[in-house]
Amino acid sequence: MQFDQVLQYALSGLSTGAIYALIGIGFSIIYNATGIINFAQGEFVMLGGMLTLFFLELLKVPIWGAIPCAIAVSTVAGLLFERLAIRPLRQPTPINLVIITIGGSILIRGLAMLLWGKDTHALPPFSGDEPIAIGGATILPQHLWILGITIVIIAINKFYFYHTISGKAMRACAYNRRAAGLVGIDVRRMVLFSFIISSAMGAVAGIIVAPLTMVAYDMGVMLGLKGFCAAIIGGMSSGIATVVGGLLLGVLESLGAGLISSGYKDAIAFIILLLLLFLRPQGLFGKPESERV
Amino acid sequence: MKKIQIVCSFIMLSLVCSTISFAADTIKIGALFSVTGPASFLGGPERNTAQMVVDEINKAGGVKGRKLELIVYDTAGDATKAVQLATKLIKNDKVVAIVGPSTSGESMAVIPVAEKEHIPLVSCAASIKITEPVKKWVFKTAQNDALAVAKIYEHLQKIKQTNVAILTVSDGFGSSGREQLKAQAEKHGIKILSDDTYGPKDTDMTAQLTKIRGSQAQAVIVWGTNPGPAIIAKNARQLGIKTPLYMSHGVSSKKFIELAGDASEGLRLPSGRALVADMLPKSDPQKKSLLSFLKDYQNHFKAEADTFGGHAWDAVMLVKNAIEKGGDSPAAIRDQLEKTRNFSGISGIFNFSESDHAGLTKDAFVMIEIKNKDWMIVK
Repeated sequence: MQFDQVLQYALSGLSTGAIYALIGIGFSIIYNATGIINFAQGEFVMLGGMLTLFFLELLKVPIWGAIPCAIAVSTVAGLLFERLAIRPLRQPTPINLVIITIGGSILIRGLAMLLWGKDTHALPPFSGDEPIAIGGATILPQHLWILGITIVIIAINKFYFYHTISGKAMRACAYNRRAAGLVGIDVRRMVLFSFIISSAMGAVAGIIVAPLTMVAYDMGVMLGLKGFCAAIIGGMSSGIATVVGGLLLGVLESLGAGLISSGYKDAIAFIILLLLLFLRPQGLFGKPESERV
Repeated sequence: MKKIQIVCSFIMLSLVCSTISFAADTIKIGALFSVTGPASFLGGPERNTAQMVVDEINKAGGVKGRKLELIVYDTAGDATKAVQLATKLIKNDKVVAIVGPSTSGESMAVIPVAEKEHIPLVSCAASIKITEPVKKWVFKTAQNDALAVAKIYEHLQKIKQTNVAILTVSDGFGSSGREQLKAQAEKHGIKILSDDTYGPKDTDMTAQLTKIRGSQAQAVIVWGTNPGPAIIAKNARQLGIKTPLYMSHGVSSKKFIELAGDASEGLRLPSGRALVADMLPKSDPQKKSLLSFLKDYQNHFKAEADTFGGHAWDAVMLVKNAIEKGGDSPAAIRDQLEKTRNFSGISGIFNFSESDHAGLTKDAFVMIEIKNKDWMIVK
């Protein structure tokens, strides 16, 4: 076992993990504002990637124009999803909402397949594809973009949730919807906001990974599940814990594939998920919740 | 009012009569392709090609002065539906032979029907199980995985890179390839140093490749269909792996070069001759068929033909030749199919016999290398 091999596993794992983290945070933002797990989160990742390709290839928009357009359209899709599928629900029990998000994800995937076909497409990397060597291991410039953009987005999130009025209002909804409503916070608007933010974040994740993973109408399924896994490890917090969860998952997967067996790569991720749900349902870093009666 | 009724029924009657008299003159060939559904990438070009070949044959005067009629049904990739439609072709449409189905699963399901009804079936699917053991009424035109593996191993043996690492996708295509790679290794003096897999939806294979880089492998054989192998090619380039990469015939389309981009440069794979038709020497017996297939397809559909359409081309032409030689009864067609020797088709040169209903050898494949985003024949 050489050192540079392990370093390569770790680096590959970190860059995949950053993507899981970004998708995972999307899950936890909606969970915290609404109490539902939005299983359509992976589809917004796919929309980000597919729309960028659509603007780039079919409408011939340059890449720096195509990306904002793709984020904007995905965000509108998230907004419509909340308005048309989540809000009209008469009895918003968690199980109903979860099933609706699963239905929504199948619908979005189906529409994407009809619109853009079943083919896989490649997107050009943002800044070349000459590998960068780091002590015997190599990464691509795109990996740096992924790590960088993830850090920036998490910083913005942190600022928004702790230093702006609407961010604080959203956190208030997360703690206690009824009380938040009583002090004059428009809870429904906050729910809408949470969908807008997380669909935009999902789209960004899809765009920055697309040059590495390629885009297809069904790319969101597995990425969504892995992101969900990251959010669970992080205890559904919309902060650092989920990021650590995502990175941990990425590194373990990569080490598992390299050192144990590549056939068990996905199994490793899901065994971790199951163990956590059994042993520490509050997440790796969270304290057990106690309910006051 | 009554007049109209009489006129109408007269028209109907004449229509019925005309179809009957028309039908008596044509030879009906049935076709089952999965034009829609998950295997539409096979069934679509196959349907187009089969129709095109029949049209061309009829334009040139038909078979012994009689026109061919192709009756195509879409199985949507569903084995149950394929069986129902096969029965319909035989019982209702009274076809003399069936070409297709597109996938191995459907073909296996249709085989008992063809065997029971004594109708020759020329499958366009790849699995070795279709014709092994030999079934009296069943033939096939697509190349086996086993032949592709043999072609790669033969090449590696020639250039003395006998220590290999294999990386296969964990789906049907990959596991069948993995089985063959392992089974044939010893025979060709190949040693498999590492045996890894990846998931069909995986987005990063650097971990597996890093492991392979640490081994002493002289060549890496990747077995999968898009997009996995394209990601692997990119990952290998990122890791600076100098070990030559070999792909399966599963990526033998321009789409792969488009997906892998610069990382596809220098990769080698076994493929049917359709990809490199214009580069073949004049002496190649398949060249004439290939060029006419590619040209006809371009004229008819304004699109580039692929190897999948070629399976249908071979199937229809084999049936047509059999009818020409032995007449249009199913039994005669079957006997003539079995006697086919040296038929230069799209997938290779077919030599059927009593003990071989697949008819191809590993020479149905050529080793090609990707150079300047195009295919080159490896000498």
